Amino acid sequence: MEKYIIEMINITKVFPGIVANDNITLRLKKGEIHALLGENGAGKSTLMSVLFGLYQPDGGEIRKNGQVVKINNPNDANDLGIGMVHQHFKLVEIFTVLENIILGVEPSKMGFIQKKEAREKVLKLSEKYGLKIDPDARIEDITVGMQQRVEILKMLYRDNEILIFDEPTAVLTPQEINELLKIMRGFANEGKSILFITHKLNEIMAVADRCTVLRKGKLIGTVDVKDTTKEELSRMMVGRDVSFKVDKKDAELGDVVLSVRNLSVPSKIHKKDAVRNVSFDVRRGEIVCIAGIDGNGQTELVSAITGLEKASGGSIYLNGNDITKASIRKRSVEGISHIPEDRHKHGLVLDYKLEENLVLQRYWQPDFQNKGFIKFDAVRKYANKLIDKFDIRSGQGPITITRSMSGGNQQKAIIAREIDKKHDLLVAVQPTRGLDIGAIEYVHKQLVEARDTGAAVLLVSLELDEVMNVSDRILVMYEGEIVGELDPKKTNVQELGLYMSGAKRDLVKEINDAG
Amino acid sequence: MQDKNDIINKKSFSLKNINFSSFTSTLLAILLGLIFGFFVMLFAMPANALAGLRLIAFGGFSRLGDVLYYATPILMTGLSVGFAFKMGLFNIGASGQYTMGMFFAMYAGFMWTLPRGVHWIAAILFGMVGGMLWGFIPGFFKAILNVNEVITSIMFNYIGMYLVDMWIRSSSVMYNSTMTRTNYLPQSVQIPALGIKGSNVNFGIVLAILIGILLYIVLQKTTFGYELKATGYNKHAAEYAGMKGKRNIILTMMIAGALSGLGGAFAILAPSGIPGSSITYEPINIIAANGFNGIAVALLGNSHPIGIIFSALFISHLQRGGTLSSLVGYKPEIVDVVIAIIIYFSAFAMIVNAAIGNFIKKRIKKTHTNIIEDLIEEQDLTDASNNNQKEAE
Repeated sequence: MEKYIIEMINITKVFPGIVANDNITLRLKKGEIHALLGENGAGKSTLMSVLFGLYQPDGGEIRKNGQVVKINNPNDANDLGIGMVHQHFKLVEIFTVLENIILGVEPSKMGFIQKKEAREKVLKLSEKYGLKIDPDARIEDITVGMQQRVEILKMLYRDNEILIFDEPTAVLTPQEINELLKIMRGFANEGKSILFITHKLNEIMAVADRCTVLRKGKLIGTVDVKDTTKEELSRMMVGRDVSFKVDKKDAELGDVVLSVRNLSVPSKIHKKDAVRNVSFDVRRGEIVCIAGIDGNGQTELVSAITGLEKASGGSIYLNGNDITKASIRKRSVEGISHIPEDRHKHGLVLDYKLEENLVLQRYWQPDFQNKGFIKFDAVRKYANKLIDKFDIRSGQGPITITRSMSGGNQQKAIIAREIDKKHDLLVAVQPTRGLDIGAIEYVHKQLVEARDTGAAVLLVSLELDEVMNVSDRILVMYEGEIVGELDPKKTNVQELGLYMSGAKRDLVKEINDAG
Repeated sequence: MQDKNDIINKKSFSLKNINFSSFTSTLLAILLGLIFGFFVMLFAMPANALAGLRLIAFGGFSRLGDVLYYATPILMTGLSVGFAFKMGLFNIGASGQYTMGMFFAMYAGFMWTLPRGVHWIAAILFGMVGGMLWGFIPGFFKAILNVNEVITSIMFNYIGMYLVDMWIRSSSVMYNSTMTRTNYLPQSVQIPALGIKGSNVNFGIVLAILIGILLYIVLQKTTFGYELKATGYNKHAAEYAGMKGKRNIILTMMIAGALSGLGGAFAILAPSGIPGSSITYEPINIIAANGFNGIAVALLGNSHPIGIIFSALFISHLQRGGTLSSLVGYKPEIVDVVIAIIIYFSAFAMIVNAAIGNFIKKRIKKTHTNIIEDLIEEQDLTDASNNNQKEAE
């Protein structure tokens, strides 16, 4: 019999209307990297929250080294040596790196913090595992990658031996991801045990020893990674074959729908413009992708096009009409649909019912209101139509409070609303962020379909795979300027990377001259 | 898919319908408030505590007319605070709006000569305009310059109160300097009494309740209500959806001001029990308490217009009872303590209530889990067969 450090046996957790974990058993060996794979809403996070003491299971038991343990809260988990790096970091922004690491377990003498002692321990750990940090920098000033290293050091500082990583690579650049996977391998070699929640199959193949797959709250199986393939894993996860390639025919170009000329948009952070003198066109029947590393002006560019922010110079034309100063409502009516970057902040009113969110752009139209009174029958009918057509899943159908839906289905609701609305231009900003393979495939299909039905699609993406697979034309943004226009069929990820990092920017003059 | 969700909903309805919502938590708060109030009274004067509690809790029933009469202004200011709160605005300026509404109504009463049957309606409407103006200003500053409405409206409480007191004292038509109060309003401008003996209750309470119902309809059924609540829940999403946030902020504050202004008008235009006289106002530089009571009413009513109607009646009921408790030697202020405790607990009780609710739900859930599991299994099977069908196609 093999020795397991943690065993979660027959765990069941029920939420109103849904069984999040149904009789799930997961066994973690000492010194292994164990991946936990599943779509959004499959129950991964719930299972880990049970292990970390955030939820109490309705059934089943947890054992450590064969002994049954009860984990009532994260402190209990910590005492058992279980640490977790959350998807959304839990750091005090205005504290320094060192202060954050020792938070809660400060070494003190007579009430005074012994920072020197702590600093030595932190530096030693950071050196040992190659986790480069500056202990005196403030969290708000450091990069996301370094913040994650701080979270990892927090676990190490507490001498945790079971490390849970909740989708740790979602926020990292490709280089940082490689670095992180290497560090995780190092931990495992040291004898620490790692639970690695992810839906990126490449990372599982690269680093994990074993993989447990969940689907719709049920355990599908646990496999040895060396005996399996990406295709096999994705079939287990989604329940059917998934194509990694986006099927699409060649673009059939139509009229120019969106035309941006010498556009500049002010930055909220610094005094310089976030978007500088940008010009480009998007035609009917093509998907134009704005590629670039996060924070190079993509958000501001889209905000100016959709009307959320004012441009400081230049003009925007939609179907030949100047909309530079038009209201958001006017742009929406004239044919812009917008799948926003932050679906919780902009895309949805989370406390509204699903049906109310599905008419968020249209509640004022004659279809849904009469003399200022909302026609709730029509809203319900329309919501049911969209729910069917776009396969939006929720606990209570149209009357589900949107907050209680899974991320993937919330995104489906936004996509349904924006695509079903009459539109000439579909602006989609990171539409697959945080979604699993099944949902990503779905979103891509919808984007291609929108293109094929004659809309112009402007896609902003940070994911290189998405950029290369979905788009018909790539514009690379770097420091607020468009530094390159590429054809995805004629370029490769390496070349794209050079433009994104600013190492290559020869095309910039030509584009502006052409504009 | 939809049908299957429906099936699950229908079969597990009894689990979902046990809604330990704000209503039960309010009841719990009231109960705890009364118990604590009892302890306070026990501490102050042990011998009469039980009699005092009985008067506070039930005394209002013997003075129904007065309960309705005193409920009218706090119902209006409660609606004002609650309505603004639905949009995420904290209208702490109900007092100023109330005072302004009162002054405008009084002005119309003294300065205009209109036939009876028109005069009081005109005065009410003019009072509404006064409150609306005092709501508009903080709303305007909030929308255009992003000045916090709490600060502006507090300042406008004082500005309104001092202005009104100054205007009244400087007018010989309105002010009776020997009595240091306003003169009696002409009969034509007094709101018709409902004719309950020994009470000043008048048609104002009927209007106030109708306005509450009207607000409920506006919030639940109209596009304006939809926009307003969307903005209150998530103003970024409202902006994204092209709603005119600035216009809605100003409009909401104007409506909130109008409601408080109506409260002021209803209060000052009420007939007095003594024939020929009317309610009067003393310009002695005190902020109108009815405005702040409106905050308590709105909190207890959970900002829901219908809830506010009941919480206004309830608080008025307690206040009447509190006045009566002086019969057994208590100061009427004791009831303010009880009300304060109730408000305090209504926030606190949400937590206690959730705990009790969870406990009961857990017991019921055990029997239901099996049913739900079966259903979900069923759903999975049909899903799988659907997928197979699709593949076959």
